[in-house]
Amino acid sequence: MAVRTAIVGVGQTHHTTKRNDVNVAEMVGEAVRAALADAQLSVKDIESFIFSNMEAFEGILLPDHGIIAEVGAVGKPGFKVTGGGTTGSEAVGEGCHMISAGLYDIVMIVSWQKHDCGDATAGISAAAVPTFAKGMVTGAVSEFAKQALGYMNESGAREEHAAMVRLKADRGACRNPYSHLKLGLTSVDEVLKSTYLVWPIRLYDFCPQSCGACVIILASEKRAKKIHKKPVWVADFEVVHQEPFRAGSFGDPTGTETYSQHVACERLYKRNGITDVRKQVDLAEIYEPSTWEEISLYEHLYFCEKNEGWKLIEKGVTEIGGDFPVNCSGGVLATNPIGATPVIRIAEAALQIRGDAGEHQATRDIKTAVATALGGPNWTALFLLKRSL
Amino acid sequence: MAERVGIVAVAQSKYHPNRADVNEAELAYEAIKQVLEETGLTLPDIDSAVTCCQDAWDGRTIASLNLQHVVGAHFGHEFTVAEDGINAAYVAMSQILAGGHEIVLVESHMKESQGDKSLIENAGFDAILMRQLGLDFTSAAALQARRYMDKYGVTPEQCAKAVVRNHSNAKNNPFAQKPMNITVKDVLKSKMLVDPIRLLDTKPISDGACVMIMATEEKAKKLARKPVWIMGVSNCYETHYLGDRELADCDALVKAAKKAYSMAGINDPLTQIDVAEISTEYSYQEPLWMEGLGFCSRGEGGKLVDSRTIEMGGQLPVNPSGGVLPGNPNTVAGMARVAEAVLQLRGEAGARQVKGAKVALAHGYTGICGQLQAVMILANT
Repeated sequence: MAVRTAIVGVGQTHHTTKRNDVNVAEMVGEAVRAALADAQLSVKDIESFIFSNMEAFEGILLPDHGIIAEVGAVGKPGFKVTGGGTTGSEAVGEGCHMISAGLYDIVMIVSWQKHDCGDATAGISAAAVPTFAKGMVTGAVSEFAKQALGYMNESGAREEHAAMVRLKADRGACRNPYSHLKLGLTSVDEVLKSTYLVWPIRLYDFCPQSCGACVIILASEKRAKKIHKKPVWVADFEVVHQEPFRAGSFGDPTGTETYSQHVACERLYKRNGITDVRKQVDLAEIYEPSTWEEISLYEHLYFCEKNEGWKLIEKGVTEIGGDFPVNCSGGVLATNPIGATPVIRIAEAALQIRGDAGEHQATRDIKTAVATALGGPNWTALFLLKRSL
Repeated sequence: MAERVGIVAVAQSKYHPNRADVNEAELAYEAIKQVLEETGLTLPDIDSAVTCCQDAWDGRTIASLNLQHVVGAHFGHEFTVAEDGINAAYVAMSQILAGGHEIVLVESHMKESQGDKSLIENAGFDAILMRQLGLDFTSAAALQARRYMDKYGVTPEQCAKAVVRNHSNAKNNPFAQKPMNITVKDVLKSKMLVDPIRLLDTKPISDGACVMIMATEEKAKKLARKPVWIMGVSNCYETHYLGDRELADCDALVKAAKKAYSMAGINDPLTQIDVAEISTEYSYQEPLWMEGLGFCSRGEGGKLVDSRTIEMGGQLPVNPSGGVLPGNPNTVAGMARVAEAVLQLRGEAGARQVKGAKVALAHGYTGICGQLQAVMILANT
């Protein structure tokens, strides 16, 4: 798709476990003001809003309706997207659609989750089929334990490799002023001492529940260059859903399943002439709920060959100073306000392209990046961002 | 708009008080099957699906998980909208105009029978200041109705007349849930729910689904027997806190309508629109929304209900289908209004057909006292 839409402002809150000092609207307002300041726009300039939040986690019906005044959307058009873990990227994608369609020039994507008002594991468990699966599901951890086991069995990766992923994430998080978990870990052994949640997933193998918000301001080509001196272009995106209950949802005992990542990549890479991701793309911000999933995603997103993902982490390829940095921000392992998580991926990739990521800026020059989201029974959203079109 | 987006096919399930015999996907597929058969398309032909459902009502986190296999989204492109279905149609239109997708399936479903309406709606209010008051959408609507009646002198009789007309029209609609033979007196004598809203001032619990296929102009002309074109669409939010709003003046609807009209080149809705389908879960909303839509000036909605203007055969028939009051599920209601408008413009509305209808309006809303309002203008030429 010829999307000629640019990111002209990003803003996020300082993500954390509890935000007893603010309500949802006040928390979201912090990110709205940060994004407006980044774009040097007034809220009056925003023509339309798209909201992203998973309503079941906080138990709020129509959660967008409760924050309309605080984000400045009174008297403005908008709607809320509700698509699981990929919700935030669908909101950004829909913003691109609205702008490419010529309906608006400036659209604000507002995303958040305030997990101290609810329980993500209870919320995720409620995604199971009510008639026969609810009693069997324990949130996301068990799904990713299944995935980890399948991967370990097939690839020859060891727990140490998963621990290396946490160490990389933690180093990123400690450099990122907005990230949630800053554990200050220094060794693989420290990670391997953390308790098992669902074998083989340890506490440190998994993402937290965070309170936080992220806002992205999108603009048409016509307006973008005037708004920000470093607009970041959404060159293309792809959203791929799949039915629940396919073996390839998470963890595939047969090793033969097609994953939604494969489908998304094949479509998007083909459209954009990408045949060697690590050569043609400079950086990735991926949605990795667990350490093991990060390694799997390297393979599913074609950063490397099958069963070689763990070698990338072992060789340091995906470190901040590596050839192909992945999640310099600390990623989802450090910060996870679910409705906002995919939007943070896109925002962080945009900051890297602008060179504005501060202490967690990748060593190499980043001109092109991919940002992904993962949700539902392994749904994928994949964004390709560029410094120039 | 540079290009036009066409509605190729529409289908609705028959609205029903309790479809315990089907799950959400099966219910949706009743309508999906019809649009596929009508167009000769198969699910792999669908470029993108826009689904519309709400987690709290479906009792399921990521409610659209019910649907991938029936909307063509297995390894396909799907977007999920959480407001009223008319917004899903708006999103589908943007996807087509953006140039990435030529054929989009739009789906909305709701089984109100599965949930506790009052409990779910209560979760839609601010958790600190309003939820504890026990408010639900009906008690909030009562506040709006009272304020509206007080400010403009609209009477319970006028609201009751709207109920009677909608039910009478619904008798001509094969999808209608429960058209009743009632009089103004029956409405005014029905059980008081929350003063001034009585049982017959509102709609019964309802289950149902509505589905549409939308396409680029080129594809629409090939696929549709009689394509219907979206000429203008917009939506608009009000603020959340009821005390911060002038409940008698639906400002968001005024703005949404103004934008949709300007896109469609409408400056006098009463003469330029041939038929209107509007979402009114409560009777007072019909006169109030008609003011917001500019069918009359502010405060004159009651008189418009009294007049013959909005009756079948009048200048601008409103809700030939009977609308929402005889039974239409929330979330589906607004998309059902679009579907009904499409049937009118195709001349396929049977006994409820408005003769020679060329331009139609569809309206939907989401939330407390119509917090998010949406208006779509459609035409058949």
